[in-house]
Amino acid sequence: MDTKKLQKSEKAGFAPLSMLYACLVYLFLYLPIAVVIAFSFNTSKTNIIFEGFTFEWYAKMFDNRQLMESFQNTLIVAGVSTVFSLVLGTLCAVGLYKFEFKLKSLVSNSLYIPIAIPEIVFGIAMLVFFSSVHISTGMFTLIVSHITFSMPFVAITVRSRVAGFDRSIEEAAKDLGANEFRTFMRVTLPMIMPGVISGGMLALTMSLDDVVISFFTAGPDSTTLPLKILGMVKKGVSPDVNALSTLMILGTAVIMVISQIAQNRLEQRQGGNNSES
Amino acid sequence: MGEPIIRLVNVVKCYHENQVVKKLNLDIQQGEFLTLLGPSGCGKTTTLRMIAGFESVTEGQIYLEGNNVADLKPNQRDVNTVFQNYALFPHMTVEDNIAFGLVEKRVKKSEIKQRVAEMIKMVQLEGMEKRMPAQMSGGQKQRVAIARALINNPRVLLLDEPLGALDLKLRKQMQSELKHLQKRLGITFVFVTHDQEEALTMSDRIAVMNGGVLEQIGTPREIYNRPETKFVADFIGESNVLDAYVTEVSEGGIHVKMEFGDAVLKAGGFVEEEMVYLCVRPENLKMTKEAVPNFNIYGTVKEHIFIGSVCKTVVELASGLEVKMTSPQTDELYAVGTRVNIYWREDQGVILHTKEEQLYNLIENTVQIEGGMHEA
Amino acid sequence: MKHKWNNRLPMFVMIGPAFLWMAIFVLAPLCYVVGISFLSKDSSGGVMFPLTLASYFSLWNESFLTIFSRSLLLSLQTTIICLAVGYPFAYVIANAPKKHRGLLLLLIMLPFWINSVIRIYGWNTLLRQEGVINSVLMSIGIISSPLEMLYTDGAVLLGMVYELLPFTILPLYASIEKLDRSLLEAASDLGATKPHIFTRVIFPLTMPGIFAGSIQTFIPSLGLFYISEMMGGGSTMYIGNLIKNQFLSARNWPLGAALSLLLILITLVLMKLYTKVGSLEDMA
Repeated sequence: MDTKKLQKSEKAGFAPLSMLYACLVYLFLYLPIAVVIAFSFNTSKTNIIFEGFTFEWYAKMFDNRQLMESFQNTLIVAGVSTVFSLVLGTLCAVGLYKFEFKLKSLVSNSLYIPIAIPEIVFGIAMLVFFSSVHISTGMFTLIVSHITFSMPFVAITVRSRVAGFDRSIEEAAKDLGANEFRTFMRVTLPMIMPGVISGGMLALTMSLDDVVISFFTAGPDSTTLPLKILGMVKKGVSPDVNALSTLMILGTAVIMVISQIAQNRLEQRQGGNNSES
Repeated sequence: MGEPIIRLVNVVKCYHENQVVKKLNLDIQQGEFLTLLGPSGCGKTTTLRMIAGFESVTEGQIYLEGNNVADLKPNQRDVNTVFQNYALFPHMTVEDNIAFGLVEKRVKKSEIKQRVAEMIKMVQLEGMEKRMPAQMSGGQKQRVAIARALINNPRVLLLDEPLGALDLKLRKQMQSELKHLQKRLGITFVFVTHDQEEALTMSDRIAVMNGGVLEQIGTPREIYNRPETKFVADFIGESNVLDAYVTEVSEGGIHVKMEFGDAVLKAGGFVEEEMVYLCVRPENLKMTKEAVPNFNIYGTVKEHIFIGSVCKTVVELASGLEVKMTSPQTDELYAVGTRVNIYWREDQGVILHTKEEQLYNLIENTVQIEGGMHEA
Repeated sequence: MKHKWNNRLPMFVMIGPAFLWMAIFVLAPLCYVVGISFLSKDSSGGVMFPLTLASYFSLWNESFLTIFSRSLLLSLQTTIICLAVGYPFAYVIANAPKKHRGLLLLLIMLPFWINSVIRIYGWNTLLRQEGVINSVLMSIGIISSPLEMLYTDGAVLLGMVYELLPFTILPLYASIEKLDRSLLEAASDLGATKPHIFTRVIFPLTMPGIFAGSIQTFIPSLGLFYISEMMGGGSTMYIGNLIKNQFLSARNWPLGAALSLLLILITLVLMKLYTKVGSLEDMA
């Protein structure tokens, strides 16, 4: 009895303080985002003092051709690199799970290289590599570099999903007449779908977020939105950038929440592979 | 018996240097319920998986209805498997799980629907068509797994310890259901288990495996009553196995000598000075204070253990070896410490060659046959 | 033989492309960087033979060493602050009611999904001389003239901490969440006081998380050149800016490559240390 009471009182005393602390950290994380959003509604042309409320920047940003171009580039790069890294990474993860071969540790360790080395080194390595094979920087190099750094994350995410996989389920599919390809499409892929979705989301956000590597692999005609903003900061950023950023923030949040819900749904439906044992 | 539906000829399976199945020869007859029985690691599951096509065959052939299928993939063989952990597709409903094989065969949708409904009725899962595997009990999953395999009308159904995960009561129920299902459908079942009781109750024939070798194949009665090797005698049910030595072979039978006594038993095919095993089931062993013709094995009653329907008695022989016997609990028991003579009915004990002797006989026979051929 | 190849075909189809990709775009470029670091620069900004260690020797020079130690110091400060802020936070989250934990973690991840340049730009707006914080403080009369916050070393540190905090929190959370509650009960049952439970049980058991969190903070912090540009105005040089300049403006590739290898070396040493405490997989 005594100890129970003690624990209870301790918790009651502890909780508000820790809640306050957690809120402060969240405040720290969200404050700059809130500022970006707030200033997108600012009537002033400069991002300095809030003068009044307006929606005009949301209309005006479409006239800013350079901004729109960089935004478009960002979306193309993110979309294409996500698709490629998803396909390559998922196949690789499933392959690494399914097959035993001599160079397996080499292959799986090579996946960790882009994760482990500092981004800047990776960026300059790609830059010197492309210039040495006389490929000038542009959309192509940008996309290639994005695939390269996001694919390992996809592979590792999917692999952790595949690791808990009961081999006999694939055997069952083959036993029931499905060939290698059909088994993959009808059984393996649906089962690892939650992993594939989270891998895809990771690839997408990493691509949207990347500054360091893009900085080296983007050409003058293929700037992405982050690079554009980076270039503008010193000269002063106009509020249409805030407006576009706000839309991007909203868009990312919506995609993430939807994917999270989809993932939870899938997990729940499948109930885990071994919920009973 | 006609042409066997499955025939394994000199099948060998190696993992790296390790031989897990050694020169296995096995014929499985059309329509029978055959059980592969043995301790874990005896090669029974590997054998089943080779028949299914999940494991390649290192050497030898596997014939399904006369065709060598050793090189065919699982999806090209007309057999289906019920897996140990059911291996249901977690992302599909019960219906979709059962329909899987038919969809692969590109059967018409309307036909699939009808056949799935029939199957669901057969395994008594009406009303659960739309459930996901995660929402079902072990027994229900088991039924889905069976229906999913049977809907393809396989020539042979392979079952890999399918009842292992169920609790005892459900397991007994599923045992009889499976047996009835097999009788009704007339499909050949190849069933793998390490549970001898399960094997005895369900099978038409049992193949006992140990260390990658087929020890004995026969009906449950043959396996139980006339074990051919010491392993089988030990593994199936309880058995008292006594080392003995043949001193004399005469018209009256063979005279055997043990460390702690001697006996005269009826048996043929043994030679003098041969080492043998005497195997007797506890329920066939009897004791008395009086002398018994042909038996001269004495010991002391050590303890009685009441285990419900029967009473188990441990008798310590002169050598210190203990033998177990069971008697109906209504029988009167000798007090602990009583000196008794042990005996059994002639036809209830089995005498086995020891391994070395078997080998010796084999060599001798071969030499004889070869010799005969030369003469001819 | 044909049979065997048929069996191997799915394997090549699945693993081959990814491995080829990694070989061409990761292994080859890295080898190339290693190679360049042993060459010298030519007049046009390219590289030329013969092989030389000159780039490495030129690193041993006072201005480089200053930049280098300044960078390490910044990274170390960042890591320590992230740990100090992140550990209690991770502890709070890990002890929150189970049904809220997912949401609380999602809230940590959410800013990370938004482009970091945009977020750092938000700080830029907040901190600048005529920015939000200064105007608020001046309007309530706490200060009379604006504080100089942006373009200071402190601002760079703030940006670093802000950018890397989620990377510190996640591994910390993972290791704290894994803690077996019964161990804590056992410790208190055996008479340990609260501070002792922490120092003797919780802290040692969450060491792998602390290590993983530190590495995931320290290593990226070395290369985040854009934060020092946005928050420090580019006036103070860090190793990231230095490398960047060698490749883009100064066009001294061998020197840049040598600097990059130095970074890789630091990374490798840290990773090696880490694998002694935890496993590589924990980091991903």
